[in-house]
Amino acid sequence: MMNFELPKDIQDLKLGVRDFIDNEVDPRSMEIEETDQIPQEIIEQSKEMGLFALSIPEEYGGLGIGMIGKVAVSEELGRTHNGYTTVIGGHVGIGSVGIVELGNEEQKRKYLPDMATGERIGAFALTEPSAGSHAYNLKTTAVKKGDKYILNGSKHYITNALIADVFTVMAVTDPSKGPKGITSFIVDKNTPGFVLGKKEKKMGLHGSHSAEIFFEDCEVPAENLLGAEGQGYTNALKILANGRAGMAARNLGSCDKLLEMSLDFAHMRIQFGKPIFEQQIIQHYLAEMAMETEALRSMTYRVAWMVDQKMNVIKEAAMVKLLGSETYNRVADKAVQIHGGIGYISEYPIERFYRDARITRIYEGTSEIQKNIIAAQLHKKYA
Amino acid sequence: MNIIVCLKQTFDTEEKIVIENGAISEDGVEFIINPYDEYAVEEAIKLRDEVGGEVTLVTVGPDRAETALRTALAMGADRAVIVNDEELFGDQFTTAKVLATVLKDREYDLIIAGNMAVDNGSGQIGPRLAEELNIPQVTTITKIDVDGNKVTCERDVEGDLEIIETTLPVLVTAQQGLNEPRYPSLPGIMKAKKKPMERLDASDLNLDPAAVQSPTVVEEIYLPAKKDAGKILSGDLADQVKELVQLLHNEAKVV
Repeated sequence: MMNFELPKDIQDLKLGVRDFIDNEVDPRSMEIEETDQIPQEIIEQSKEMGLFALSIPEEYGGLGIGMIGKVAVSEELGRTHNGYTTVIGGHVGIGSVGIVELGNEEQKRKYLPDMATGERIGAFALTEPSAGSHAYNLKTTAVKKGDKYILNGSKHYITNALIADVFTVMAVTDPSKGPKGITSFIVDKNTPGFVLGKKEKKMGLHGSHSAEIFFEDCEVPAENLLGAEGQGYTNALKILANGRAGMAARNLGSCDKLLEMSLDFAHMRIQFGKPIFEQQIIQHYLAEMAMETEALRSMTYRVAWMVDQKMNVIKEAAMVKLLGSETYNRVADKAVQIHGGIGYISEYPIERFYRDARITRIYEGTSEIQKNIIAAQLHKKYA
Repeated sequence: MNIIVCLKQTFDTEEKIVIENGAISEDGVEFIINPYDEYAVEEAIKLRDEVGGEVTLVTVGPDRAETALRTALAMGADRAVIVNDEELFGDQFTTAKVLATVLKDREYDLIIAGNMAVDNGSGQIGPRLAEELNIPQVTTITKIDVDGNKVTCERDVEGDLEIIETTLPVLVTAQQGLNEPRYPSLPGIMKAKKKPMERLDASDLNLDPAAVQSPTVVEEIYLPAKKDAGKILSGDLADQVKELVQLLHNEAKVV
């Protein structure tokens, strides 16, 4: 029998997270936006809540709630300030999934328990000035010397770089092999030769900071090799694919919040002597927002279910990332339109969601790259 | 130490009250743990963590009240009891009798209840239950220390502070200011489903519903009359006073 109902305990998790978000985080979103900083007590409370443990299996101190559980909680996180959401999302997504999925037992025991409590924050370092969508065009090198690898090069746009302790870094070990010459490493921020750059100023996602990283003869112990040599690019794609359902879920939460606010506003705002909801065009905007949000919800939970069933989700993860970010942008645009002038004013949260939505079509693989992935999967049996 | 927490599930304080067919409608309403009971839960968990023992939650209410119990279990309480028998629902008299029946064969050192429930606001359950059990009570506490058998409470007496010393077993009711209730953590929520939940009815309690029937009769339920916006007088102060006196005489007819 088909069953679209979330397990009871996951429903309880959602309610618990919503309560926390509505009462502790959302009321401070204006402050986060203005100061470009998440208040430390909110970070501490989030750690106590267990929000940093979302991806980590129970045996390493995590929640063991699978992808369905992670997606359900991420949906709630998406309902508030996206900068806060990204600090947690970056850590529980691409920041920790590499070690969870690809780490050996020793590496998992060493890193995951502290990452589950949030004592150590994880970040993912792939992108370089020459390697954006052309992700395997890396210039950072790793040369083996005895029981160490010596890393040289730089990364940029690295989410959470300034607060992270543990980085999953992709570097070239064999330049002659192209994508197959890339290897992934776990790099501690205290490693000599690991240098943080400055905070990058951004259009949105305030409170979540991205920065450059420089490797200057950075000596990484060979035991920090993640997976096997030459598998780095495949690893990166796996980590990104796993992060995609979580990201779609955060976008889903933002869509849901925007729909809720727009619906309230349309019933409250009087023009021409009646609430603007009574204008058919506004009803249609809201109907479209509701329909698209619901479609995104269905697909997000289905992909999460597929991940939990250990099914191959390369195509579906790309689809849901694409649908999530494009839907979020369309919904945010309509929300601004329904709100009119107040939707453009910074004292109200709508314009913030509108700005924050824009990056979702770019980071963790642009919308165009997602289409390439989907098309490549569709083409497979003809190749 | 065995700590009992009396808990009620109430309407979310932000809910709008809608009366339908002479009763308060529960349609689409969000329910929460009565905020004063939430202080009780928090204090019980803190005391248990300090001196050891167990925290047992007790509620009299419909099945939906299990959600409130589960939230309190997720905060850290150890077990829960729900009397979900409609025949045992009634006013404060009924509820206190039922709670006393639940507790009479159990071991308890400390009972913590909310100072009142935010729905009916009677504030009677704690005091009535203490009387039923024949134990001392201290109401509206803002601080409690337990040292062996000795209990020291600070209580809020309309702005003044009273310090009361007593001994276990005792019943106290929680006032705002007692503590800052924690949010249930995600691991706490996951563990809550595995904690014991006892469901009891009149026959389990060996209780005759007729014997505890509510003596209160509800004649009518209605919302307070809508208040019109106030009138703000302006102009010369002496004229304002004259106008006010005239309005109180002729319009409001109160002097």
